[in-house]
Amino acid sequence: MSASPAIRSQLDGRNPADHAAPVRIAVKDLNFYYGQFHGLKNINLDFRDRQVTALIGPSGCGKSTLLRTFNRIYSLYPEQRAEGQILLDGQNVLDPKIDLNELRSRIGMVFQKPTPFPMSIYDNVAFGLRLYEKLPKAELDVRVEESLRKAALWDEVKDKLKQSGMGLSGGQQQRLCIARTVAQRPEVILFDEPTSALDPISTGRIEELIEQLRSEFTIVIVTHNMQQAARISQFTAFMYLGELIEFDATSKIFMNPAKRQTQDYITGRFG
Amino acid sequence: MTALTQSVALARESGVAARIAPSKTGDRLFQGLSYASALLVLLVLAGILGSIVYGAWPAFAEFGFGFLTSSAWNIGTEQYGALPAVIGTVAAALLALVIGVPISLGIAIYLTQLCPGWARKPVAMTIELLASVPSIIYGMWGLFVFAPLFARFVQVPVSNVVEGLPIVGTLLYARIPSGVGVLTAGIILAIMIVPFVASITRDMLDQIPTVLRESAYGIGCTTWEVVRHVLVPQASVSIIGAIMLGLGRALGETMAVTFVIGNANRLSASIFDPGSTIASRIANEFNEADGLQLSSLMALGCLLFIITFIVLIVARLLVRRTKVA
Amino acid sequence: MDATNHITTTAQAPGPAPRASRVRSGRRIADRILIVASTLATLLGIIVLGSILLMLIVEGVKGFTPALFTAPTPGPGSEGGGIANAILGSLIMTFIGIVIATPIGLMAGTFLAEYGKTSKIADVIRFLNDVLLSAPSILIGLFVYTLMVRPMGTYSGWAGAVALAIIAVPVIVRTTEDMLRLVPSPMREAGAALGAPRSLVIRAITWRAASAGIVTGIILALARIAGETAPLLFTALNNNSWFNANLLGGVPNLPVMIYQFALSPYPNWQSLAWAGALLITVTILALSVTARFVIKEQRQR
Repeated sequence: MSASPAIRSQLDGRNPADHAAPVRIAVKDLNFYYGQFHGLKNINLDFRDRQVTALIGPSGCGKSTLLRTFNRIYSLYPEQRAEGQILLDGQNVLDPKIDLNELRSRIGMVFQKPTPFPMSIYDNVAFGLRLYEKLPKAELDVRVEESLRKAALWDEVKDKLKQSGMGLSGGQQQRLCIARTVAQRPEVILFDEPTSALDPISTGRIEELIEQLRSEFTIVIVTHNMQQAARISQFTAFMYLGELIEFDATSKIFMNPAKRQTQDYITGRFG
Repeated sequence: MTALTQSVALARESGVAARIAPSKTGDRLFQGLSYASALLVLLVLAGILGSIVYGAWPAFAEFGFGFLTSSAWNIGTEQYGALPAVIGTVAAALLALVIGVPISLGIAIYLTQLCPGWARKPVAMTIELLASVPSIIYGMWGLFVFAPLFARFVQVPVSNVVEGLPIVGTLLYARIPSGVGVLTAGIILAIMIVPFVASITRDMLDQIPTVLRESAYGIGCTTWEVVRHVLVPQASVSIIGAIMLGLGRALGETMAVTFVIGNANRLSASIFDPGSTIASRIANEFNEADGLQLSSLMALGCLLFIITFIVLIVARLLVRRTKVA
Repeated sequence: MDATNHITTTAQAPGPAPRASRVRSGRRIADRILIVASTLATLLGIIVLGSILLMLIVEGVKGFTPALFTAPTPGPGSEGGGIANAILGSLIMTFIGIVIATPIGLMAGTFLAEYGKTSKIADVIRFLNDVLLSAPSILIGLFVYTLMVRPMGTYSGWAGAVALAIIAVPVIVRTTEDMLRLVPSPMREAGAALGAPRSLVIRAITWRAASAGIVTGIILALARIAGETAPLLFTALNNNSWFNANLLGGVPNLPVMIYQFALSPYPNWQSLAWAGALLITVTILALSVTARFVIKEQRQR
């Protein structure tokens, strides 16, 4: 049995999964702990270049936790630790010697709630740029504009770049955060339920945007919305209770899942 | 097509290479500075205790434990004892609690339960502004406004009534009804601690879930019963903490007390009579003191440190974190 | 059926037989007493503040002359004069005090909120800072006397400023920490996710997000130290003329001037004390009100 017609209809006309694309992130035997709690159990998973991979599963299944290991953002909290390997272009992200800040400049992240910084729209986008590249003003302007265009926000904010980013609407704020991330020209962009705090129209725009960004970046998105996963991803990983249950092309997961648990989840029997 | 992807990939590679990592030393320096600043707070506290003990040492060495029990304070014969000041300090502070706590609780209850919505903010703000009035202003108010009224309408009539009676005749008899004295100091201190105790208590009462309150009203409780049986038991530990915090302030308060306590060095059984507290005596005599007198004053300071810090530590443990007092 | 049960009885009147009220009169009286007493307590608070302000205005306005702000304090028993030296002395010491206290308080508060969330030492510092917040200020005067006045052999404005700074630091530490904790952690994560080093995230993002609250802390600290008298008694002392530019020797200041003049037998001095008291109270109340409005803005963010 496959997913409901509503979900299946989202699959129509989507770009098929490219199984031959090079692997960008390879997760090997990853275990994760919150203090004593074993949050992720032996995860093995590959993320392919210029593909959107969706992580789905019921709340608490570890999908966000997995996402948060790629840029080691969890290391802000001392009681959390990860074991195993996460290879970004062959380099182990979990290596304690790695330069975290440099790593994070190569892996962008967009959060559940928009997180504009308390500064102007321009400075928000330029913030990450200024960290790692010393650009002359003119070039900085070009990069800021380019990033805002990529985030489909330029036309709305071009006349108020000096105004505070906090004054934008929720959807605009989220696109501003995407522009800020894109500006750094990362290799991978992580989206952690980027539309769960937004209205349907803003959600639609963000989804279109993710589809466009795929041509340049490797994208991983956590979502609790199965239709969204079906709409925008090429690959889908289903997680449950800290384990990776099934990983395959999105169409396969939703049309013809191999595992019983996956089937139960996509048909809405639980979660 | 392949060529294009390759060139994009190349561009990306070069982009990565061009990245300059921000320096790590700045990051470490910042963290180190913040750590050092935090440690400085500890250092200051240790410094306060250390300097006072150091200054007090000659007096402790000279008088030993007898310093605590002696009521002498004689500059001519160089005999000093802490008893009158310690008793004055404790008496004034306890009077302040006896008077101030019911008022504080009343204000907190009024603000959380009875006050109409529109008046809540201005009234709360007025009460909190009382906390920011400098203590010296309370001293002036106490000496010039309150004390004359107090002498005329309380001390004189009460003294006339109780004269000759056992116990109350001693406790409430003013030999010179000037309005200043231990009780006046207690009243002024009460007014000074009210805003602190009231605002912490109010915060505590506000934190109690509305559901609890509503369900109590729902079964037909009166305001009194809700307060007595629901709110106060819920917040009691914090309220006691708030009271201790008020006590800590009352014990160490200097200027207001110096104005109104009368600064007498002897012990008197009447709370209408002038007395002195540790802080008021230090404020009065420190600048003219030297030798053993100076270190006796330091020793008084040391006692004050110990008393107030015990009270404040207990208070903070009870209140935990509330708000900036 | 007594008069206090009137409302209850009428409400139940349509019933077949008028039942006895379920609210016993004892409950009612306790309730009334509580309501009356707590209202009176609040009124008392308002009356006291009103009477303090009234006293200051009645007595203080008389002393408000142009000379108040231009002439230094006069000698005992003489006429005229002002309090310009005390105003300037207070301004300078408060300013130096806050300049010393702000970076220390800000950094210490940052440590507690950002770096020391889980460390034991931070817990200890947080606790003792709260204790220091309400420590008797006269003890701080004794400390600075031993630390600075005795070794330097002279009272000085520097010692006064340091004493004030010690009082201001805990206030700034506490508000800074509280305000930084209000900044949502995804904001920090977003900064870190862009590869910004921690110190930069703090300086460029969290501080900025909490700026109104941090400024409030500084204003509150200003309000607190502007009226402090006890710690200045043994550090800056006072002085009845202009002070040395190097701030050595006694430096006149409003609180100690008010203390000495108010208790003096000279009417001229007393009237100057009242004028100074009005000035200082109005300033402090204005600072407190400002702080409250700024912090409101922060909480609304």
